[in-house]
Amino acid sequence: MEFPEELKYTEEHEWVMIEEDLAVVGITDFAQDALGDVVFVELPEVGTAVEAGKAFGVVESVKAVSDVYAPLTGTIEEVNDDLIDAPEIINTSPYEDGWMVKIRMAEASDADELMDAEAYQALIAEES
Amino acid sequence: MTILGNSGLVLNEKLLFEHSDPGRKGYSLPKLDVPEAALPAELCRDEIAGFPELSEVDVVRHFTRLSTWNYGVDSGFYPLGSCTMKYNPKVNEIAARLPGLADLHPATPPHLAQGILELMDKLQTSLAEVSGFARVTLQPAAGAHGELAGMLVIRAWHEARNSTRSKVLIPDTAHGTNPATATLAGYDVVPIASEGILTLEEVESHMDDDVAALMVTNPNTLGLFESNIEEICKLVHARGGLVYCDGANLNALMGIARPGDMGIDVMHFNLHKTFSTPHGGGGPGAGPVGVTEELIPYLPGPGVERVGDEYRFETDNAESIGRLLAFHGNVGIMVRAYSYIRSMGGAGLKHASEMAVLNANYIRARLEGVYELPYKNRSLHEVIFSDKDLEGGCHTLDVAKRLIDYGYHPPTIYFPLVVKGAIMIEPTETESPDVLDEFCDAMIAIAGEARDNPDLLLKAPMRSKVRRLDETTAARKPRLKWEGSE
Repeated sequence: MEFPEELKYTEEHEWVMIEEDLAVVGITDFAQDALGDVVFVELPEVGTAVEAGKAFGVVESVKAVSDVYAPLTGTIEEVNDDLIDAPEIINTSPYEDGWMVKIRMAEASDADELMDAEAYQALIAEES
Repeated sequence: MTILGNSGLVLNEKLLFEHSDPGRKGYSLPKLDVPEAALPAELCRDEIAGFPELSEVDVVRHFTRLSTWNYGVDSGFYPLGSCTMKYNPKVNEIAARLPGLADLHPATPPHLAQGILELMDKLQTSLAEVSGFARVTLQPAAGAHGELAGMLVIRAWHEARNSTRSKVLIPDTAHGTNPATATLAGYDVVPIASEGILTLEEVESHMDDDVAALMVTNPNTLGLFESNIEEICKLVHARGGLVYCDGANLNALMGIARPGDMGIDVMHFNLHKTFSTPHGGGGPGAGPVGVTEELIPYLPGPGVERVGDEYRFETDNAESIGRLLAFHGNVGIMVRAYSYIRSMGGAGLKHASEMAVLNANYIRARLEGVYELPYKNRSLHEVIFSDKDLEGGCHTLDVAKRLIDYGYHPPTIYFPLVVKGAIMIEPTETESPDVLDEFCDAMIAIAGEARDNPDLLLKAPMRSKVRRLDETTAARKPRLKWEGSE
């Protein structure tokens, strides 16, 4: 299982890639593995305001339906429409093609609160 | 070990459409003995496209073959956690099929339907007695419908006090339908993380003047009794909220503890779980709701009441949340539940709960150490294991599939969500020690197979009519109707 060094992570198993004041968000390799085959993804509309810690979308797998939480406060700038017809991309490419949304951050310094790859790996070692 | 699973002669069966042969039919009409008259031309058509044409034996074989593919509590052990798949005694079926009950039209005037109204009144009273509530409505058609009724009653109570509270607290050990119900009733859900059981401190830290209610399931979905419930109810009441209890797990408590006595304000029953009416395959169920004295005015109506020697529908219910169904609920299910309660008696119901708890703890004792037991508190009617200790790269899903080969309906899996790889086993009081032992032997054998020959799990089921299904494709690209022969 991979956890790229350049990404930030949340306790709810989302990853975040900071690109200036945009945050690209998806779910981690650990999350997709725990969920199993993803069959459906629900994403917000562009322009929706999201709040850190609040659900912004839903991932449904053959096992369960789970909320996806916004790692940061801001506005949805772009969503990955490819996931609507091909949600399995989340399983095959969680960190690249499987990105879910881009959030324009209200406060760029919020990103400092997120975990680095090492801290996240320690967290999942504890959980599993 | 006896392995019940087998690959006997289970016949394949085509769709009725594929059996069709033009001109074949399963009826014969008597000779015309009245003058022939043509139907209006605009009402007639030459053919019905795709309509299957079959003989009587074609149809009988079709449905008989399909019925042999079925697995129910009448065919074997069905330890589906949270669902209380207890045996449904046949005496209940006999009662429900009595012509005076089964053939009664729902619009029959009350004075000609005194028998069924008396039964409904007595069922309400019996359920109130079992649960400790002041009054019970029988109207909701199933568990989630009962939850909605209960939450709308809570909402009506708040509105009558000009309260505009907007939040409902729901612990992560509550039933999965609870958040959906609270949302449908117009509330915002605030999830509470619990450590097995809910603590007073956790509730206190979330409790404020905007919380309309706490929704708990007791015993909860980990099969654990919420032992702080009395203090929690007092706290919520003191802060102006009400407490809803999901009664789906009442099978652990009958005759032992009453939710009404714990301080719960509203609870739904699942007659199709606790009171032994058939379920699975879509019901119908029945989800009566019990409330405290204070909430009676808001119950859905009209309910059945007794005035002197007569039973009738209530008329004075101006504050009621209104009707939830066109008629009076799933009456056939009520008859079965009443038959069950009367044939068991109070002592019998208590014994059923005691045996349900004993059976779950027997399984727990036999499988602890073989499968990981994430919560060590004493279980009630169901026990939750995880796949953490499973070897050979096998997971919960593989255990469930392998159990089919051994001849068992798999338990509930991957629920509750608070346990990773959950295996949720609820044996109910129905099962004898022999059945429990055979099942535990199978579970132990499967854990051994995972270690020694994991392919047996990963490729399971092997004895079933169809092998492992492609659930992903079924979910992503479902084929929901017949689209003609290819």
